Amino acid sequence: MDLEYGPEYDDFRNEVTSFIKDNENVKIVGPVRSKSRVAWQQKLIDNGYFARSIPKEYGGYGGDMDIIKLRIIAEEFAKSPIPKPMGGQGIQMLVPTILELGTEEQKQAYVRPTLRGEMIWCQGYSEPNSGSDLASLQTKGELDGSEWVINGQKIWTSTAHLSQMCFILVRTEPDAPKHQGISYLLMPMDTPGIDRRPIKQMTGDSDFNELFLTDVRIPAANIIGKRGEGWKVANATLGHERGSLADPNATMNRFNSLVNLMKGETVDGERIIDKPVFRDRLLKIQGRIVAQQSNSLRILSSQINKGQNTSMARFITKLQGTELRHDLEGLAIDAMGEIGTLYEDSPHLRDKGAWQMSYMYFLGLIIGGGTSQIQKNIISERGLGMPKEPKVQGA
Amino acid sequence: MYFGLSEEQKSLEESITKYLEASAPLETIKAIADGDAEKAKTIHQGLVDLGISGLMVPERYGGLELDTLFAAVVAGALGAGTAPSPFIGAYVMAPLALSLAGKDDQKDNWLPKIAGGDAVIGIGLSEYVGAREDAGVNFSEGKISGRSLFVIDGKNADGYILANKSGQLFLVDANTKGIEVTNLTTVDKTRDSIELILKDVNAELLPGSEKDLSTTNKMVDTGRLMLSADTVGASQIMLDKSVAYSLERKQFGRAIGSFQAVKHMCAEMTAELEPCHSMVWHAAHCQDNIEEEAREMACHLKAHVAEVGQQVSKTSIEVHGGMGFTDEMGLHYWFKRIGLNRQLLGSPELVREEVAKLQGFDQILIKKDN
Repeated sequence: MDLEYGPEYDDFRNEVTSFIKDNENVKIVGPVRSKSRVAWQQKLIDNGYFARSIPKEYGGYGGDMDIIKLRIIAEEFAKSPIPKPMGGQGIQMLVPTILELGTEEQKQAYVRPTLRGEMIWCQGYSEPNSGSDLASLQTKGELDGSEWVINGQKIWTSTAHLSQMCFILVRTEPDAPKHQGISYLLMPMDTPGIDRRPIKQMTGDSDFNELFLTDVRIPAANIIGKRGEGWKVANATLGHERGSLADPNATMNRFNSLVNLMKGETVDGERIIDKPVFRDRLLKIQGRIVAQQSNSLRILSSQINKGQNTSMARFITKLQGTELRHDLEGLAIDAMGEIGTLYEDSPHLRDKGAWQMSYMYFLGLIIGGGTSQIQKNIISERGLGMPKEPKVQGA
Repeated sequence: MYFGLSEEQKSLEESITKYLEASAPLETIKAIADGDAEKAKTIHQGLVDLGISGLMVPERYGGLELDTLFAAVVAGALGAGTAPSPFIGAYVMAPLALSLAGKDDQKDNWLPKIAGGDAVIGIGLSEYVGAREDAGVNFSEGKISGRSLFVIDGKNADGYILANKSGQLFLVDANTKGIEVTNLTTVDKTRDSIELILKDVNAELLPGSEKDLSTTNKMVDTGRLMLSADTVGASQIMLDKSVAYSLERKQFGRAIGSFQAVKHMCAEMTAELEPCHSMVWHAAHCQDNIEEEAREMACHLKAHVAEVGQQVSKTSIEVHGGMGFTDEMGLHYWFKRIGLNRQLLGSPELVREEVAKLQGFDQILIKKDN
């Protein structure tokens, strides 16, 4: 057991903190793809604080794959109000997939603009009748000469209104077994035949869209992997998404805000944090966060030290992290009582309504990216070796 | 950076697990629970032969002077095997107390005997952690009087280390006049529990504890850590048994483990329990290396693991259906052991209150207007 990063990393940490200090007052203006946003993203890449291990020729920094350095960057950026590197499905899911399975032309064409924040991606996976059972998806892709012709419907497509591109799963081999009939295509969002309708959520926002696809024609070359290999390609990226949904260190930061909230809110002049029942709930939540932080250290360690098996520790993170965060936000609302129900621009509103927003948002995350029930299937089947449900005839 | 057990720690864990599998199968545990003291002695000796008594004793007194993590690994293996043996009080907390707060002759007298497995010291800290029924001991002019409940590893002990309510530690030889030992029958028959009643018994202060609570607190922290490791070990076995049983047992023409209702019970146990292993290692590492986090980690571990252990032990019995409720299946030994661990050295609510105060959540900062 050794939790020290080692003295050789002290210099690196100093380098990061001085960069942060020099750039603390950077202001980013405008929406995604704005000049200042792209410039900041490029500056982060140039200094190796973003896209660190991605080769230079594709627009990355071209550094070594040093997990500890990545951790130090994340730790120091988290402590500061400095603008963070962009995330999103293009950066988190598409780039790793292209780098792993794409052609040289695809790497040249897509990685650099995606990293720079000039090309935003959305994900065309779920369909109205294919949610948890994603592999049953029915959107059709037919090759017509030098073009794919796509017809069907996608749902839960986040950021579709901001995106230039969509990585989409379509059924190209209708006669093959369901997992072997899917292809992974890259669809420009300005192609004729794409009709986007926003979905209004319980939070009041519209982060998601429905996509209606009618004779959408894209070049035949816009495929990652071979025809019928889309399921395998997609699974490479699903792994990238799950890990990022509920980081316990971020949850601990949120916990610190909750402590401050509970110190500030009073009932009949008594602080909420001084009420034993509330305090006990607070500490229970903190204990769960600490447990997940320990779990995440173990996972980090296995990325640095070869041969440590942490697959079970990984299977549980999405389930545990999202449920915990939802409970945390719920406690904040209870701590505020009626005040906790205020929303939008109401008088007496606390923290711009962020607690209600997150309470609902994390309920969404409990469902999205593989529901808690699907996570439990994964834990029991892949983790514990328990059998799958018997197949229903015809499904 | 390496977060995990070392090869030495893994091999120690394995040697104890193998020993208990071979020498303390369920039938033996049942016999001991029914009062077979000889069998318990044999297992205790077998574990001493594997080195459990000397882990925490400094080298100069004949011990191995190993990290807390080694002791946590042992505690986990003992919990997994529902081992009927002294450990947490006698071989972890007692050597800590003596080496940190004892004077030279106290160390010379006891530590080599502890290391060699020739002396067991029971630990009575319950009244420092939170006195029940107004129990407690008082010391004056070399004599100690009062009562101490749930003295850990106190049955047939050769000596006791007892704390008064303010945390000073006193060493008592078991052969001294005026000591009355009463057996307490708890649900957990794999370990003994006693009450000590003392009337003007000769006792010695551990001088390092006279004005400084750090040793007493470290004993509490480390004891909580060991109890938690024991619970995690016991819980993991209950989970493993649940999965194995669910694959064997058939109803409606298929293994019950193929029903999502049952799979999800096992997944929920796993999701809660898996991080607890890491949490035990982390808390043990903090004890020796990160002083400023050690107390909070130990408290969080104790409270959190108590909750997880309760959930896992209940769910595991449910997965086994009616058989889970029987003595024959024997799951109740783990269930009850986990139940006792939960209450010893502070139930989760009390420990959470402690960690709240450690972080100053109870303090009101008065803002000064200028």
